[in-house]
Amino acid sequence: MRRLLNKFKGLYKYRVLIRTLVARELKARYRGTVLGFVWSFVNPLLLLTVYTVVFGFILRPRDPSFNESPWVYALFLFCGILPWQVWFAASSQESANILIAQGNLIKKMLFPTEILPIVSVTSNFIHFLFGLPILLLFVPLMGKTYTPYLLFLPIVIIVQYTFTLGFCFLISALTVHFRDIRDILTNLLTFWFFSTPIIYPMTFGPVQKHSLLKTFLNLNPMTHIMWGYQNCVFYGELIRWKRLGVTFLVSLILFFVGYYIFDRLRDSFPEEV
Amino acid sequence: MPTIEVENLSRIYRKYSEQHRFKTFKSAILKGDLFKSLKSDEKVYALDNISFKVEKGTTFGVIGENGSGKSTLLKVVAGISKPTTGRVNVNGKVSALIELGAGFHPEITGRENVYINGVMLGLRKEEIDKKFNDIVKFAELEDFIDAPVKTYSSGMYMRLGFSIAINVNPEVLLVDEVLAVGDASFVPKCLDRIDEFRRRKKTILFVSHDLITVEKICDRVAWLKNGKIKALGDPKRVIDEYIQDVKSKKETDFEKEQQEEAQGDLEEDRKGNRWGNREIEIKKVNIMDLYGKKKHVFSPSDGMVVEMNFNAKNHLKDFVFGIGIFNTQGVCCYGTNTVLEGYKSESVKGSGSVTCRIDSLNLINGTYYLDVAAHRRDGFPYDYHRNLYSFMISSDYIDSGIYRPQHSWKFSPSIKIRKEK
Repeated sequence: MRRLLNKFKGLYKYRVLIRTLVARELKARYRGTVLGFVWSFVNPLLLLTVYTVVFGFILRPRDPSFNESPWVYALFLFCGILPWQVWFAASSQESANILIAQGNLIKKMLFPTEILPIVSVTSNFIHFLFGLPILLLFVPLMGKTYTPYLLFLPIVIIVQYTFTLGFCFLISALTVHFRDIRDILTNLLTFWFFSTPIIYPMTFGPVQKHSLLKTFLNLNPMTHIMWGYQNCVFYGELIRWKRLGVTFLVSLILFFVGYYIFDRLRDSFPEEV
Repeated sequence: MPTIEVENLSRIYRKYSEQHRFKTFKSAILKGDLFKSLKSDEKVYALDNISFKVEKGTTFGVIGENGSGKSTLLKVVAGISKPTTGRVNVNGKVSALIELGAGFHPEITGRENVYINGVMLGLRKEEIDKKFNDIVKFAELEDFIDAPVKTYSSGMYMRLGFSIAINVNPEVLLVDEVLAVGDASFVPKCLDRIDEFRRRKKTILFVSHDLITVEKICDRVAWLKNGKIKALGDPKRVIDEYIQDVKSKKETDFEKEQQEEAQGDLEEDRKGNRWGNREIEIKKVNIMDLYGKKKHVFSPSDGMVVEMNFNAKNHLKDFVFGIGIFNTQGVCCYGTNTVLEGYKSESVKGSGSVTCRIDSLNLINGTYYLDVAAHRRDGFPYDYHRNLYSFMISSDYIDSGIYRPQHSWKFSPSIKIRKEK
């Protein structure tokens, strides 16, 4: 445990490197595109448009809390899709590849490998932050109002950050040995997306009626994180402290386990990537 | 206290087949023995119980064939790879020139890459600011520093990488064969910079195939073979031993090849290269040195003996024996026969041998083919062997042309010139 804590202190030492590499990722991502940084805003907007058309106008909103309005439903969708798609799913998918893609750094330089997943999670977090103003902009446009509960948003973000980082440590380390994970992950993420109340609310009738389904959703940590976003932005309510607290604890455990496994496998990276 | 201290160092690599990988994955999921199953049964010793010390301010060279463990050693000393057993101790800040520009991102500019690479190598931003102009100037990239790195040529890429790594100002410099891609003007510049390092009493670990440079700049040299230290100490002695070993290996390889060719079902192929009515049959051809020992790899100044063992079925009066030496381009380097040399045939019957002794081959580096033949004076062939035998000339000198006459140079005292090898 002490050894692990010392390692985290080491991570703090690398903050300049992390910052530099995150900046590099962001710079390189849109280099050579016409719109450049605008893409960070356009991407979530396009995503929102697709979901609004499909789920709002074609499939129609079904839960009473949406008042039959596709626009209100679009806002609800956006609350979950933005943190999920832009941040969580993007980081996971990137992390599954990052050690292999950056093999040169691991093999040819003395490089603190653990910062690669951190860089990946952080740079996608920044993309998420770029999308956040758009989400907030749509709150009044879609017929909802700002509430002081928005101030709890950072707490939800911290929980998601911890959870995502732990998950990405695990994924990135294991993928080096089992490349199959990349393919498994793609399918897992789709399954996981629909097992999380993102396109339907947790309070949706059929979910509440089915006790097995309800338990299953409750066991999914992402459920509570997404619900947190919906509480702060969509419902304008207090976040569920207990649920989110337990989720944070689970996230911390995942983070430590993920880091521990990453650390155990670290020496094998230079020859395996 | 030595700057680099390596004690009983071994580095074992796992070697496993695709099938093993699959088993690993399945068992990892089913039995959950994730860590245990990663241990493989097939082991390769990349480094096998190595110990040496490098004193502060000295330059230590490591030579050896490909796959002898040189790069692994460097990576372990750099801390990139961990030793399987044994201990490595390095005092001072290390900069490793293993692959130049390893951390470059192709999409962003040279300028940004200099900063990022500098941070990766442990510099602070202000330090990079101070050194930035030196770095760019040394790399000769003033005009291109704001272009994306993907537009650089491989030489530019390497120059920038070298320039950053050398400007980190380390206590210990690890150099791995990185100068191989530099052009004629940049390599001396790099060597100058390495020389400057030596003068400033920094410690250098230098891995290279360039034996001339190794002998010039190293204080001590280790020769690695199959992961073990074969020799360690004075550069000249170690390098000589290494060269001897490479030569003898060439010899055995060549012989093996010859044997394989002779054994293999090349008989059909060989038919096309052999013709004649076999009234005189050349049964066997031996290539030997002047002392009668079979040999296939020669120095330019060595002599060679070609012996043809033949059998003549009938009593013959008209016969000529000849040989020809061809290079790989098919150019006849030399050809002669007994008539041309003024011998008049009288009679031959039964078996016997003809030997041609060449006192000094005087050929340049390369592989050569030998033709041997027995024929009538008018050219009608008894037995003609075309390109069926080969030998090799191996020399430290890379000259051009075909022929390397024995020669020497003389200079008037007004010329300042020095022989390096």
